[in-house]
Amino acid sequence: MTTVESMEPGEMLKRPKLVVRGVSKTYRDGRRLVEALTPIDLTVARGEFVTLIGPSGCGKSTLFNIIAGVDTPGAGVIEIDGRSDVERAGLCGYMLQQPLLLPWRTVEENVMLGLDVRRVPRQQAQQQAHELLKRFGLVEFAQSYPGTLSGGMRQRVALLRTVLFNHDFLLLDEPFGALDALTRLSLQMWLLDLWQSFHSSVLFVTHDVREAILLSDRIYVLSARPARVLRVVQVDLPRPRRQEHLSLPSAVQLEQELLQVLMKEQGA
Amino acid sequence: MKSNQQISHERDTPLVNVEVPLVGTRPMSNRALRGIANYGPAFVFLIVVLALWEVIVRGGLISATLLPQPTVIAQALVTHWGDLWVNTMQTLVETVIGLALSVLLGVVLAVLLDSSTWIRRTIYPVLITSQTIPMIALAPLLLIWFGYGLTPKVIVVILYCFFPIAVACADGLLGTDPDLLRLMRSMRATRWQMLWMVRLPNAMPSFFSGLRIAATYSVTGAIFGEYVGAYQGLGIYMENAAHSFAIVLIFDAIVVTALLSLLLFGLVVWIERMALPWYQRSTLGDSRARKTVGA
Repeated sequence: MTTVESMEPGEMLKRPKLVVRGVSKTYRDGRRLVEALTPIDLTVARGEFVTLIGPSGCGKSTLFNIIAGVDTPGAGVIEIDGRSDVERAGLCGYMLQQPLLLPWRTVEENVMLGLDVRRVPRQQAQQQAHELLKRFGLVEFAQSYPGTLSGGMRQRVALLRTVLFNHDFLLLDEPFGALDALTRLSLQMWLLDLWQSFHSSVLFVTHDVREAILLSDRIYVLSARPARVLRVVQVDLPRPRRQEHLSLPSAVQLEQELLQVLMKEQGA
Repeated sequence: MKSNQQISHERDTPLVNVEVPLVGTRPMSNRALRGIANYGPAFVFLIVVLALWEVIVRGGLISATLLPQPTVIAQALVTHWGDLWVNTMQTLVETVIGLALSVLLGVVLAVLLDSSTWIRRTIYPVLITSQTIPMIALAPLLLIWFGYGLTPKVIVVILYCFFPIAVACADGLLGTDPDLLRLMRSMRATRWQMLWMVRLPNAMPSFFSGLRIAATYSVTGAIFGEYVGAYQGLGIYMENAAHSFAIVLIFDAIVVTALLSLLLFGLVVWIERMALPWYQRSTLGDSRARKTVGA
């Protein structure tokens, strides 16, 4: 903590949002030891959108749990804002594949869950949630219960809850995995809009190569379990992104390249 | 999602499930009418049984002194109303106090059971053992220890009622989606916040299933407590009636007991509906989904 306070503000901004250095994890499953992650390195710069892509069950969720402070690494260092010595829980907005909305809370109350956990005064929390819902076009659902919403809507609400808790650093674990193609596309554009207006740093997980290309600045390709980094690619498509960008020659080439790496990994 | 389905499965008790589709966007009067319509078959069945009974006893197939016919029971109900009322109130007070304390005890026990494996291993066997004690042996003991007053009856009611509440509530607490707890931990929520904001509300539908069972047991519990020895109450009223071979009065007490139990059950269902408006809506969706799958 003291090191951060003594840092110049400019210096702090130059630091990457997240540095993962040599993080590994081994589980004990009965008598067997299961290696979920081999020493893994990655960084997310401030305001960068980074995607992890890899075969299912390769240990991405384990890595996310570790970064979110819900799980502990077996070895290695994780720095958020240059700090590795503090408890990580609460330093990022974590969103899982399921929306995980509380059915007894209205949409607005769900969005303010994180503020309730932080003990922000009720009225202030309500106001912030309301503003956010208004800004991202969900205000008419503010008083609905999640049970009455469609899958895509629930995921939007979950995303706003994540953003309201911490818009600085988002960990999104396959948030659109369960949605149909059209809903997924509209949520992808919506997420990009959100990301740009908050200047968030994002670490995103997906199985979908096109989704990774459409959203990211950089893509890490991971191997099958135990996960290690196979390749890191830069996505040089113009911002703000549009769906049409996926048919640009460079995007098509990138897609082929990534698919090849992944197919080889799946077969191995 | 998983836990939700479990809960809706528990809700398949016919009396309640019938009502669920009513809650929704329909106006009040329409809803009330449909509510009555839903109970229609039960009502008609009751009338038919009563009519048969009346005819059989009047026809002399069974002696009216052994089995008084419904009209006679109803008449006696009116003439002895003053007496019955006093005893009913006594039983009601015991039941409500016992039930309220059972809720308190049940929820506290559920939270304790859930708080650590060590506590669960200590308490759970004791709880189950408490349910194996034959009430017929315990009730006279309670009478000896606590006298003829309110206390022994309330204790009997609690012994009948706390168990289903505690077990259902503990199940509900255990049924929380682990991903949801992971999300809460990523927000640095304390144990207490997780319990208060996520696990207890999540356990509420399950808790109410337990409470509905407890409510139906509770009146019987109070009556059993009185039967062993009391100054007042439906239990002692029944015993006195039996001693003086006033069979009609026994039937009257039975009718009042049944009405009281139904009333309590209805009250619990009503409280549940008021307390969990979100749950009614989600089960509405579920029951529709189930129907389409079945069709």
